[in-house]
Amino acid sequence: MGTEIARAIAAGILGGGVYALMAAGLTLIFGVLDIINVAQGILVVLGGYLSYVLSVHLHIDLLVGLLVTVPAMFVIGVAIYWLFIRPLRGAERTSMTLLACFAVALIIEGVLYRAFGSNYVSLSAWYTTSSVHIFGFYLSDIYLIGFGLAVVAIAALYLILYRTTFGRAVRATMQNQAAARLIGIDVNRVAAVTFGIGTAVTAVGGMVFGASSGGFNPNSGYDLISRLLAIIILAGMGSIGGALVAAVFMTTAEALVDIWQPNWSVAVFYLALVIILTVRPSGLFGRRAVRAQ
Amino acid sequence: MTEQLGAEAPLATDTIQPGTGSLPRTRRRTLALVGVAALAAIVVVYPLVITNATATNFGVVTLIFVAVASAWNLFSGYSGYLSLGHAVFYGTGAYFLCVAAKDWNLSGSAVFWLVPLGGLAAAVIAVPLGLVALRVRRHTFVVITIAFFFIAQLSASNLGVTGGSSGILAPAPGSWDPATYNNPFYYLALIIAAATVALAWQVRRSRFGLQLRAIRDDEDRAAGLGVRAMPVKLAALVVSAFITGMAGALWVFFIGEAFPQFVFDPLFDLAVVLMAFFGGLGTVAGPVLGALILEPTQLWLNLQQSNSYESEILFGALFLAVILFLPRGVVPTASEYAAKLRARWRRSREDAS
Amino acid sequence: MTADLRAEGVTKSFGGVQALSRCSLTAPAGQITGLIGPNGSGKTTLFNVMTGYERTDTGQVFLGDQQITGAPPHRVFALGVGRTFQLTRVFPRLTVLENMLVPAQRGRSHRQHRQHALDLLAFTGIADHAGALAGTLSYGQRKLLELAYVLVADPAVVLLDEPAGGVNPSLIHHIADRIRELNEQGRTFLIVEHNMEFVMGLCHQVTVLDSGTVVASGPPAEIRANPRVLDAYLGTDESSADD
Repeated sequence: MGTEIARAIAAGILGGGVYALMAAGLTLIFGVLDIINVAQGILVVLGGYLSYVLSVHLHIDLLVGLLVTVPAMFVIGVAIYWLFIRPLRGAERTSMTLLACFAVALIIEGVLYRAFGSNYVSLSAWYTTSSVHIFGFYLSDIYLIGFGLAVVAIAALYLILYRTTFGRAVRATMQNQAAARLIGIDVNRVAAVTFGIGTAVTAVGGMVFGASSGGFNPNSGYDLISRLLAIIILAGMGSIGGALVAAVFMTTAEALVDIWQPNWSVAVFYLALVIILTVRPSGLFGRRAVRAQ
Repeated sequence: MTEQLGAEAPLATDTIQPGTGSLPRTRRRTLALVGVAALAAIVVVYPLVITNATATNFGVVTLIFVAVASAWNLFSGYSGYLSLGHAVFYGTGAYFLCVAAKDWNLSGSAVFWLVPLGGLAAAVIAVPLGLVALRVRRHTFVVITIAFFFIAQLSASNLGVTGGSSGILAPAPGSWDPATYNNPFYYLALIIAAATVALAWQVRRSRFGLQLRAIRDDEDRAAGLGVRAMPVKLAALVVSAFITGMAGALWVFFIGEAFPQFVFDPLFDLAVVLMAFFGGLGTVAGPVLGALILEPTQLWLNLQQSNSYESEILFGALFLAVILFLPRGVVPTASEYAAKLRARWRRSREDAS
Repeated sequence: MTADLRAEGVTKSFGGVQALSRCSLTAPAGQITGLIGPNGSGKTTLFNVMTGYERTDTGQVFLGDQQITGAPPHRVFALGVGRTFQLTRVFPRLTVLENMLVPAQRGRSHRQHRQHALDLLAFTGIADHAGALAGTLSYGQRKLLELAYVLVADPAVVLLDEPAGGVNPSLIHHIADRIRELNEQGRTFLIVEHNMEFVMGLCHQVTVLDSGTVVASGPPAEIRANPRVLDAYLGTDESSADD
């Protein structure tokens, strides 16, 4: 039992890194653009399928494949923003952007069904089957690789945001769009690139998810997005650091519950969400709730 | 902002009588009355004239969606709190009917009495959900409603009482004549839909409706002026849930069985929201029009295609098209266009005289 | 019926920034009191504290003998203290008349409420726009609408945050006349305003705020002659007048 718990905690923390990465993309988009990209879940699945195509049909290693899938997902993200989000205006913009993302998600899901069918697929490489022996239990290498990738990607996000001119523009836009515009920042370009970056992380997320979970199909997007939404709300919307903590907390709790109640383990996510919001509506790390205007 | 403003002008003018043009106004009202009466006459005689089972089947489901879209709009359209979790109430009504009929050994016409009780069950569920969710706004509210949706789906898949993922059978219908089998469902759906639209219309003109719309525009300011925001929002949500629950109960009795993925379907929420957006958010006629056009279209498409993913792609594309090219909906756009035409006509008449 | 509105020793800080420190201010019943001071001196914060939109750290707020410290906005409103906002907060997608019907009504039938609303629109001079959406009004008209719907509930005390700011000169006179007329009916006013001419011509009493503290209080003529005020406020006018 003790080993099982230790294993669950380790798997939870390592798995949490990947969720943190996917959630970081989501919360970045929210912070800069005030948009909840509900397509993030299906984009992760799409990223997974891209890796699948590269590895099965072109025999490119999963890690090497990221060199292709990350830029590809970036371009897809920019395209989604430019075509479907940017034109939206008016008093109901908040609702409409969310619904537009939902519609995009449906289309991608339909296309994936058409291309790949509903069978589960999983990604494999030599490191998805090998494992290391630590603390008296075995952990698949992919967990460690995934965690490492997530750490690197989140660190890259931080460097981009805090060490580059573009990052300064992003943070300025995050705080005050009108002011950013006044000092000569092309807000539309910043928004498109931010959406692209927030989407590009799904390539990494999809690869690790597809290699470490039991497999995925086009329907997996719903499960993913519901977890990601729970994480960013729990963290306090717009807080990337908070998303890290919340993701690790949630996946660890889920892994622990999974030992006794596998059917209900996902419920931990939502239950934690409801409880936290009852006590603290702005989330764990959120600022005061913004006025609805 | 500004392009949105015209959206409700035609409805809003009801509240004030300007000195000019009162004659065309009464004529317009008569016209509207005639239109509504004609529509009412058509939907009442529809299953008597067109007895094709597929056609009446479409009729039942479409009327159910008229009720749900209007009920959704009564809460979300008026208050601005976008709910993507109304499937929770729909599913609650549906499961309530199946479970209660099984426990109480009901079948045939008696089951219809469970429909309002299904609504009541959904309304009861709406109170705690509302008390949690209505404390937050905008995106966070939307996401919470999505979370509630997933909790509901998960519960339905794992609880014993719902039959888990293998589903549960709806009670047996009566030994009704197959030729008119759909009619009892049709007329009950019609009653619910008509009552909902009438209620939405009443609320639109009431102080309650005014408070909801004030909350939509600036909740803090409304609260500062003495509008008790929480009870007002909660009341709207509960009423909306009650109707949605009734619709779900009737629907499951009509369909015959309930599966978690089928009863708690994310597409359900999206379809309802699309109907309201398509017709015109926050208007009375909008959701009705949206449901009358979109639901039969979707049912027909489903018949044409063997693959569900094709209708999914089509549905997503249609939704994007509506949001991008008709963001304010048919009703506000059309009535604004009509107002423009009227103004031009009046001007030309004045020029002539 | 009408009572003094008093703030006593109000202190408020945001994070590390002291917005108000031990501010005391009285708006005597039946008078028009002006509240002036450079930008960032804490005028709007004091308004927010006095009307329940913000909590005070220490100090108290009274309406007559009644303690209203920390009461939520709708309570303060129900007790007869109405306010407007610097950036007007009308309901843009409701019609002008519908805006008027939002404030809580006590002891009036729907018909009376409506008639009262129409009368007030006529009084403020925007009755012609009753059927228009509030979002289509000009800035000055919105100021008038906000004043009108605050009056719906017959508040004894009215707080106006920059009623003349951004309004064209002819409308400023109109607004000043309305305020004077309402004051003659016995209503108490507390007004934050940058337009000196407006304040000095309208108010019976003027209080000057600088960096969160009260610098001076008295009739307009006295304030105008007060050297401390010149230092604190008029002296820095050049740097702050434009923003």
